[in-house]
Amino acid sequence: MSLTINDVKKVARLARLAATEQEAQIAHAQLSGIFGLIAEMQAVDTTGIEPMSHAQDVTQRLREDKVTEGDQRELFQSIAPQVEAGLYLVPQVIE
Amino acid sequence: MLHKTIVRAPEWEIVIGLEVHTQLSTSSKIFSGASTAFGAEPNTQADAVSIALPGVLPVLNKGAVERAIKFGLAVGAHIAPHSVFARKNYFYPDLPKGYQISQFDLPVVGKGQITIQIPSTDSEQGYEKVVRITRAHLEEDAGKSLHEDFHGMTGIDLNRAGTPLLEIVSEPDMRSAAEAVAYAKTLHSLVRWIGICDGNMQEGSFRCDANVSVRRPGTPLGTRREIKNLNSFKFMQQAIDYEVQWQIETLENGGTIQQATVLFDPDKGETRMMRTKEEAHDYRYFPDPDLLPLEIPPQLIEEMRELLPELPDAMRARFIKECGLSAYDAAVLTSDWNTANYFECVAKYSLKDGESLDNADFKLCANWVINEVAAKMNQEGLASWRFGVSDNTLGRILQRIREGIINAKTAKDLFMEFWDIARNSGYQQFGGSPRLVDQLIDERGLTQVSDSGAIEALVDEIIAANADKVAEYRSGKDKLFGFFVGLAMKASKGKANPVQMNDILKHKLGG
Repeated sequence: MSLTINDVKKVARLARLAATEQEAQIAHAQLSGIFGLIAEMQAVDTTGIEPMSHAQDVTQRLREDKVTEGDQRELFQSIAPQVEAGLYLVPQVIE
Repeated sequence: MLHKTIVRAPEWEIVIGLEVHTQLSTSSKIFSGASTAFGAEPNTQADAVSIALPGVLPVLNKGAVERAIKFGLAVGAHIAPHSVFARKNYFYPDLPKGYQISQFDLPVVGKGQITIQIPSTDSEQGYEKVVRITRAHLEEDAGKSLHEDFHGMTGIDLNRAGTPLLEIVSEPDMRSAAEAVAYAKTLHSLVRWIGICDGNMQEGSFRCDANVSVRRPGTPLGTRREIKNLNSFKFMQQAIDYEVQWQIETLENGGTIQQATVLFDPDKGETRMMRTKEEAHDYRYFPDPDLLPLEIPPQLIEEMRELLPELPDAMRARFIKECGLSAYDAAVLTSDWNTANYFECVAKYSLKDGESLDNADFKLCANWVINEVAAKMNQEGLASWRFGVSDNTLGRILQRIREGIINAKTAKDLFMEFWDIARNSGYQQFGGSPRLVDQLIDERGLTQVSDSGAIEALVDEIIAANADKVAEYRSGKDKLFGFFVGLAMKASKGKANPVQMNDILKHKLGG
């Protein structure tokens, strides 16, 4: 499978990344390199091997349903660019 | 605007599937120990995981998994012994990670089903239907965007971010807005019944999306449009009715339906396009490397099965079979666990001394719970557990009726008096008590008059004093009987045994 420059631009748009033509070209070259690696791996015979959803063969540890985190709003908002009335402010979004 | 009444067009078949987001009633979030309590000051419950600070890791809440298992068991579904969390990628500021942790190809709850009751209408008999459930999966809620004026900025509150949701997806099995509403109501009742969700729709604990399409019967499914965020049953009915009418008119005018997401505007009663499929998100799902696969051991499933109460379907069937109630009464009583439980307790407390439950007058108890108690709670908009009169107090009142000590009118007066006491306390306490029932009967001399001599004397007096009306009655004006009943009841200060009094009146008036 090969990656087109349009695929790169589409992914960039979905991730809200503004890529210039030159940046898109660079990303295309880099991503294509990764695709090459994947192609090599796909050549390996994996007949009868169950796909893994995680690299380690361990399962999820569960946490008891208890409130352990207190209010740290002031601390967290001290690094926010803009806050008001306890809210984080971001450029206006209307869908 | 389109005309609102739906023209029943038999040449079109309506197809509806529902996706319901239920907020699970855990104390803490699905992947962190922040509180999920509703209504806190903005961002005071948004911990490092909720706001997605770099380096934080999610840890799954056992309470959320347990609630999902309970739901799966309640709809007869397969609980996946192995399920996987996936990242659903999209860009929005109330989702600070840039992805929502959800489940994709391996959800925790598989195929199940629920039985719904569609109520009778003026033109159609009520009926029962089975709706298949495709799947239910665990995911996290997003935060809230406030678009009010913050100098042209948008305010973000992340308190809700990370609240556990169970998204329940149905098959496209519903064929009318009435069926969709009946399904949503049944699901709403079920999640509260098994205690996994508080069902508070104003607070967004139970949110529905409806996928609606129309087709000629026997042809493949039509293109669907999804109505988002229906947070009341009334709006669901209105939105689907409008959408169906719009789709039929569009197709009949030679148009085509574009797959799209629409919003319902309750003020205008219309659905409005939000985005078309072309602009739709490409979510790029993939397994979340931060979370290991979820393994659910059989013993946890068994533990949850033990904790499940008798389910509404089973209880409804029991009320019909063992208590001799009508299908309607049984359905009303089992629409909510608190009501059903209240009814069962009232029946128990209404027994005479030494009487066994088999001999209870279930019909009497059901009538009181439905026509008096539930009606009052409805009228006053009370939560389903805020009973003004306790089950044992009402039970005692009904016991005294059954023993022939008081009549129905006295019983109702007592009940109303007690309910008023509760209302005056702001429902902080029950009105009356079993002891007060007996005390008032005693103090006020409310014992019904069943002495036929006394009733006869009273009826004789009324006949003597109303000779003209008696003559009219005897000449065929049967309707006057009610007039005499009223007078006699008043003369007995409401205490006459009504059955006895009717007999005596009929006999004496007959001349």
